[in-house]
Amino acid sequence: MTRNEKILEVKDLRLYFKTRYGAVQAVDDVGFSLGRGRSVVVVGESGCGKTSLSKAILRLLPSNVDTYKGQVFLNGTYVMKLSNERFRREVRWVKAALVPQAAMNALNPVIRIEDQIAEPLIIHERASSKEDALKKARDAFQKVGIPSAFLRRYPFELSGGMKQRSAIAMALVTNPDLVVLDEPTSALDLLTQANIMNVLKRIKKEFNLTYILITHDVATASEVSDDVAVMYAGQIVEFSDAERFFKNPLHPYSEKLMASVPTLKEKKTLGYIPGQPPSLFKPPTTCRFAERCEKRFEKCEEDPPTFNVENGRLVKCWLYEGDVKNEE
Amino acid sequence: MKNNNDLLSIENLHTFYELRRWGFIKTGNVRAVDGVNLQVKKGEAISVVGESGCGKSTLAKTVLGLVEPTDGKIVFDGKNISHMGKEEMKWYRAKVGYVQQDPYGALPPFMTVKKILEEPMTINGIHDPREQTRHIHEGLTELKMTPVEQFLNKFPHMLSGGQQQRVVIARATIMNPKLIVADEPVSMLDASVRVEILELLRELQEEHELAVIYITHDLSTVSYFSERIVVMYGGKIIEEALVDDLLKNPLHPYTKALLEAISDPDGANVKTFKKVPGGEPPNLLNPPPGCRFHPRCEFRIEGLCEKEEPEDFFPEENHRVECWLYKE
Repeated sequence: MTRNEKILEVKDLRLYFKTRYGAVQAVDDVGFSLGRGRSVVVVGESGCGKTSLSKAILRLLPSNVDTYKGQVFLNGTYVMKLSNERFRREVRWVKAALVPQAAMNALNPVIRIEDQIAEPLIIHERASSKEDALKKARDAFQKVGIPSAFLRRYPFELSGGMKQRSAIAMALVTNPDLVVLDEPTSALDLLTQANIMNVLKRIKKEFNLTYILITHDVATASEVSDDVAVMYAGQIVEFSDAERFFKNPLHPYSEKLMASVPTLKEKKTLGYIPGQPPSLFKPPTTCRFAERCEKRFEKCEEDPPTFNVENGRLVKCWLYEGDVKNEE
Repeated sequence: MKNNNDLLSIENLHTFYELRRWGFIKTGNVRAVDGVNLQVKKGEAISVVGESGCGKSTLAKTVLGLVEPTDGKIVFDGKNISHMGKEEMKWYRAKVGYVQQDPYGALPPFMTVKKILEEPMTINGIHDPREQTRHIHEGLTELKMTPVEQFLNKFPHMLSGGQQQRVVIARATIMNPKLIVADEPVSMLDASVRVEILELLRELQEEHELAVIYITHDLSTVSYFSERIVVMYGGKIIEEALVDDLLKNPLHPYTKALLEAISDPDGANVKTFKKVPGGEPPNLLNPPPGCRFHPRCEFRIEGLCEKEEPEDFFPEENHRVECWLYKE
């Protein structure tokens, strides 16, 4: 494993949706990269474009797309140039798989779990026979820690946590390079949630899995993240390694977001962010957070570029203009 | 912990949901609330914590008089509400406010904020429009929805999630109730507004000497809101204590597991695994004999826990726990 091997590289990604009132700029100029075996957590409030980002990366676009621009490289392949059919055959679920939001409710109720998990293998011709596919499904099931006796069951016979783990198994079955998990634990109980996080940690360690986890829950995010990307109003405002991020978030929005997370072990006075995020129909030309920011100054009238500070932490805020360190 | 200051006193409350086949053959009971004792003093905030399916919402609904209890007594301000007539029920409902979980679902979509807030007053005999307007202004100002005029003629869909929840709280408090039942009031909101709403609720509670029953699955917000906490599992209260005592020194094995499962945002979390008890919460249609937690409990006492239901023990002052481990 070389540390510099990039599984995913995203540059200037834009995804706008058409509506009756104009274009919604759900993802606006997003760029980041991800090395093999790393996990990045995308955090942000609802409506900040987290889910749209995952859809843009996996090209799962609804019919009302207005603009879809930028570059996505998956393991070196420029996936946005591929035709739809080639993308379906060569990338989707083979190189990049998705565990959608509320995945546990997305299972087909009338098909046995094993057949559902084996399905991607058969469709993508990754198994020589049905028996082979079922065997691989069993392996995937073991990875997520469910006894294989449950494979013969129907979804309604499984608990929520097991269904969620089945959905993760389904994403893992083809050994993809990248897995995108959209709010994998938000509908689950605390204990189940902790359990799923353990599973994710374990498979990451054992199989060197690369994944993007999308969540609004900063506390659980810290459980599995190597990197953290904070999204606000369609843009990534901070991208940093988790260790330094949780100790000392840089962007004023990240600071405020962290301050609003209640903690159990230490008592702190909680903060909140007054106001609302800007409308994504016509986002302001100033810094998008300026209106709610306590630290704003004259410069904030202009949209800030992304600054690289403290060795590889990316911040989109004028406060860090002076700290830029250009490596190499 | 019985006292004459009690505003609400719940004694040995059972609420079962009857299951029927073809509409008339009884096939069993879901024992959603199974022998709950709880006292709420005037002006006291109390939190009820538990996972989904532990009966906490059914407890709330029974207290609100929305579900008939199967057995037991609920005494509010000296009156037994279990068998009230229509007129008395109306009196009771004006004294008890309900804050629902999903604000958008709880507000009628085609009524303006003004109409929504007028309705409880009209029903309870305040017909003078000037007095109604005065109450609405007071209520909304207290919830920091100013200028009030800006909101009065808006429909729920024109408000943000946080504002909708404030309208729900305003509606619940407009008749100056003595008790508020808040069922997961912030679980649908973003982290950044969650704290704001909880603080507002807390301010209202202190200012008007309201008693609040705060129902949640999120242990980490509890210490910011209430003095006392009860933990429910499988339809029963398994532990009751002051919040600080419980967080510092949880006694019941289930409470310990819950606290263990919660993560505080910290970059170091990635490296450690959580200890999670195996198994699933009990099926309330057919709960296990003895202690409800015994199949998942690592401290199980063979020959006792699976046979006999634990009684209430008081190992510390004001700390009640339902677990055989604390038998003298």
